[in-house]
Amino acid sequence: MTPHFGLPEFGFLLRGLQWTVLLTLVAFVGGCTAGLAVALLRTCGHRSVEWSTRIYIGIFQGTPLLLQLFVVYYGLALTGLKLDAFVAVAIGFTVNASAFLGEIWRGAIQAVPRGQTEAAMALGLHYSSRMRDIVLPQAIRISLPATIGYLVQLIKGTSLAAIVGFIELARAGQIVSNQTYQPLLVFGVVGAMYFILCWPLSWWGSRMEARLALAGQR
Amino acid sequence: MGYTLDFSVVWHAMPALLWGCVGTLGLAIAGMTLAMLIGIAGVAARDAKAAWLRAVVIGFVEIVRNTPFLVQIFFLFFALPLIGLKLNPTATAIIALGVNGGAYAIEIIRGGVQSIHKGQVEAGYALGLHKGQVFRFIVLKPALRAIYPSLTGQFIMLTLTSSICSAVSAYELTSVAQRIESDTFRSFEVYFSVTFLYLAISWLLMAGFAIISHRFFSYPTR
Repeated sequence: MTPHFGLPEFGFLLRGLQWTVLLTLVAFVGGCTAGLAVALLRTCGHRSVEWSTRIYIGIFQGTPLLLQLFVVYYGLALTGLKLDAFVAVAIGFTVNASAFLGEIWRGAIQAVPRGQTEAAMALGLHYSSRMRDIVLPQAIRISLPATIGYLVQLIKGTSLAAIVGFIELARAGQIVSNQTYQPLLVFGVVGAMYFILCWPLSWWGSRMEARLALAGQR
Repeated sequence: MGYTLDFSVVWHAMPALLWGCVGTLGLAIAGMTLAMLIGIAGVAARDAKAAWLRAVVIGFVEIVRNTPFLVQIFFLFFALPLIGLKLNPTATAIIALGVNGGAYAIEIIRGGVQSIHKGQVEAGYALGLHKGQVFRFIVLKPALRAIYPSLTGQFIMLTLTSSICSAVSAYELTSVAQRIESDTFRSFEVYFSVTFLYLAISWLLMAGFAIISHRFFSYPTR
């Protein structure tokens, strides 16, 4: 006898949702840290370093996220480390996030008026305080809408962990759908859960973008 | 661990993989065509008089853009047969890519249409151009030029997204790779090589689009 979609099934989806959120948070925090390094290297002024980070970013932007996950997942398995599936996919998403956030922040750093850097240099500020106190605070403001946009991409992207076999929201949906034979209802609920997660962020991002555009007009 | 990497399996499977690339491109082109049709229809409906029609389009765009493609393709995979469309996986994948890309195309095309100032059209008529000429030279070409970068970027995105269609076993590069992987158990070698096939596809597309842009859109605007 097949179970109907009821409270236990809904609870199972909610636990999947928890893993989706956790995976997103881990990848986002890791990606922010590594992405900052990528952005700084991409704008450091040394030609060879800038080119290698550019190629790094280009590889992640020019290949499917699913294949990146496969490569990291099976590549880590080859190293002989017995990693938990969560750790393996979290590493995959973190590396992807570092490239995309690095490129977003590269653009933001370069969008800060050149005069700001020149004035800071004239005041005798060295690189770290010039970046930390002058350039980055302004760059973060400029990059915020795009960063939020990437966060939404990341939440949706974590669904691909389902294909590797990690049980997050999309995989939980597949399992419940196979058990109950109610795919439309189950994937409808799963889609609604993603929507509730993503839509407020999208809305916040586009509102901030509109406000920044207004501020730029003055 | 005595694992030695062996890329010869990839070399032997190269003809099948290249056919997979053709499948991926076919999927992307068909999906993008459908996306453009949805996009144009959506833009027309987005500015319609009927409020409910506008709401439907806005709702469609928001739902598609805020849910994962994987969930969308699963949903359509089961929903399409219910409305009488019993399709093979590849056709289902094309519809899913078209619906997903269509939501983004609506926003892109809308931006292009809005970029044409009404005064431009009036100026065209004042210069004695007839209706067809005004549409072709004053509305269509500048609008295409304005949206060309986002549209081509969207096409490359769609090509990369099509890898997810392997989840319903549509015929494309990733599903070919999965078949070779399950035959040879050389997961890393296969997926590593296929990743670079995708990179080659997107670089070729980018280069091609740049040539087209240079040929047709490199006239001065002011």
